[in-house]
Amino acid sequence: MITNPADAPSDTVERAVRPRAVPDTAVEPGRTPVARPPKARPRRPKRPHTPLNPRPSVPLTLVTGLVLVYTLLPLVWLVINATKNQQDLFDSFGLWLGKDFRLWDNISRTLTYDDGAFVRWTLNTLLYVAAGAGGATLLAVLGGYALAVYEFPGRRAVFAVVIGAVAVPGTALAVPTFLMFSGMGLANTPWAVIIPSLVSPFGLYLMWVFAAEAVPSELLEAARIDGAGELRIFFTIALPLLRPGTVTVLLFSMVATWNNYFLPLIMIKDPDWYPLTLGLNAWSAQARTAGGEPVFDLIITGSLLTVVPIVVIFLLLQRHWQSGLAAGSVKE
Amino acid sequence: MRTNSRRRIVAAVAVTCALALGTTACGASDPADESAVKDVASALEAGGKVTVWAWEPTLKKVAADFEKKYPKVDVELVNAGTGDKQYTALQNAVAAGSGAPDVAQVEYYAVGQFAIGKALEDLAPYGASSHDQTFTTGPWSAVRYDKGIYALPMDSGPMALFYNKKVFDRHGVAVPTTWDEYVEAARALHKADPKLYITNDTGDAGATTSLIWQAGGRPYKVEGTKVGIDFGDAGTAQYARTWQKLLDERLLAPVTSWSDEWYKGLSDGSIATLSIGAWMPANFASGAPAASGDWRVAPLPQWTRGAKAGAENGGSSLAVPKASKNKALAYAFIEYATTGAGATARVSEGAFPATRADLESKAFLETAFPYFGGQQANQVLADAARNVGTGWSYLPYQVYANSIFNDTVGKAYVSSTTLAQGLDAWRNASAKYGAEQGFSVGK
Repeated sequence: MITNPADAPSDTVERAVRPRAVPDTAVEPGRTPVARPPKARPRRPKRPHTPLNPRPSVPLTLVTGLVLVYTLLPLVWLVINATKNQQDLFDSFGLWLGKDFRLWDNISRTLTYDDGAFVRWTLNTLLYVAAGAGGATLLAVLGGYALAVYEFPGRRAVFAVVIGAVAVPGTALAVPTFLMFSGMGLANTPWAVIIPSLVSPFGLYLMWVFAAEAVPSELLEAARIDGAGELRIFFTIALPLLRPGTVTVLLFSMVATWNNYFLPLIMIKDPDWYPLTLGLNAWSAQARTAGGEPVFDLIITGSLLTVVPIVVIFLLLQRHWQSGLAAGSVKE
Repeated sequence: MRTNSRRRIVAAVAVTCALALGTTACGASDPADESAVKDVASALEAGGKVTVWAWEPTLKKVAADFEKKYPKVDVELVNAGTGDKQYTALQNAVAAGSGAPDVAQVEYYAVGQFAIGKALEDLAPYGASSHDQTFTTGPWSAVRYDKGIYALPMDSGPMALFYNKKVFDRHGVAVPTTWDEYVEAARALHKADPKLYITNDTGDAGATTSLIWQAGGRPYKVEGTKVGIDFGDAGTAQYARTWQKLLDERLLAPVTSWSDEWYKGLSDGSIATLSIGAWMPANFASGAPAASGDWRVAPLPQWTRGAKAGAENGGSSLAVPKASKNKALAYAFIEYATTGAGATARVSEGAFPATRADLESKAFLETAFPYFGGQQANQVLADAARNVGTGWSYLPYQVYANSIFNDTVGKAYVSSTTLAQGLDAWRNASAKYGAEQGFSVGK
């Protein structure tokens, strides 16, 4: 289980408890293990190796470092190149600034280009995320709680269906979904993106498992004895207990909806209803047309602007998620 | 998926027709010419909404002008994807029976495929036949199929040689007028600077067929459902021989057209020439502004010295899908966009005309291009439009054929397969597909 470092017992405390848990000699490789008088100890106090203060390992550090660079490099590239104009993009080294620093200019042009299409696409994306991911979370919480708390005939069948649904990739359902929505006359409307996003089998499953762990049935029974109705129990007792799981599901479905490309691609033909993913792709397609205007600088700046909110959301929600799961893991 | 698309279109159109029976006429039983023409006028009177699927940027102005002229008409311009993507979307919409636009942009090479799939309305009864003299020969023949007129030409792409004068001057290389000189120039430039290539090519069906067209090759013959594919003629052989030299000596930049790398090559001079359609100037100005003043336009190099052969490369038309709900109004819009004031407005926005009147207008011919160092480039391009070789036709399923170009001919660019072998493979794969679709395919 992931635990928040802030919550863990601090090193000083631990050292005070077990001051000499590790012998001097075993600590620093390369240092000759000579017996020394206690006062000649190295200035840096030695700490016992715990999972939070692991033994340094050069190869492991190198590998982790490489993974870190590999993960961050595209983001660094994106940030650097969002500061360049189109000519500098062609001429200058990819990982260093160009001649001019054009970030602010690029941002304002991205927001105004094509009659402010980018702003419109951002609002569309927000709509899809709020309605789609928000709705998906709501349904998953309600469904997961119900499945965990109430006994009813056919529960095993529901379980089988949910597990089966988790295994079907959304891409495989896209074309049948398109034909269905087209038949209902909903293709090319925002509903065609929002309604399929409402269904999150994985979220439901996660909430189910979480609710089974986090909501003790004794608590519910006590509430019932005190005369609380089922709805009141859900909203005042269960929902706060379910918060960490809810945040997790919300986070997953938000990221999935924000990045969704294929579903809007086949559903939406009207650029006025594009999410950011499709919109940026449309700008990129412009460069491949006779008479079209290549706007590589705006695509890169737009991509940066598209990434920022999701990073912010992730960082904000992640705190709840972490501490919540930690709380859950130690609950008895 | 692809294999069935044409059959699906046919089936879907049949279904649509059956559903629409009684309200609109489907297929060949169109009303007489006069009443249809009247329809167009009354449709304009009545107004309504026209959905246009197109990616061509100058249509924005046309749509605005049209709405101003006919306030009751609402034109909704939708960019449903470029080229292939839009065609797939159009086929899906036709197959699904809903969501098809009233007007669709269709490139010349694709008109046949949609016309034969009965996805497009024959525009002759709406008055299109009156435009016999409006358009230049190449585009006009491209939109007609089996006596029907399935679209109106929007622009054209007679080929010319765009070359970077600064690069040629710096290395003292003469601008080639024949393809043999072109190969010589390619060697000289690459020798002078190994980073320098005469042009880029990673295998492009449109460019290859256009150069074969210019060399006099006519590989495709279409008569009803009889299709001939033959890459064995002299023109094709001449193209393959010359291009093979460029490939063998690695004189072509391995850069795919329209990529960011391509625009970089155009602006920094590492790609020295482009043999491409006359619509290219607008893309130069927006995509490679740093090279402004470096480039010039010359006639396309010739296969025989002193000849004046040309070919078309690219270009699109506007068509009315059969699934359109207001065909008369749709026709009114495309007629406005492709002829008269609409066409002139588009030319002034940078499109290359398919209309004779615009092509011959003084203002057009005398336009000085600052990008080309003040050259009156349209003189060269208009000449090219007049010299386009006749008798060319594309396959009635060219969209599919082009999609497998890189699996067949493309091998010549990455392995020891020769272009001639690649073209053979392309021929066989195209023939096989044609036979599967119910064409009788021969040589």
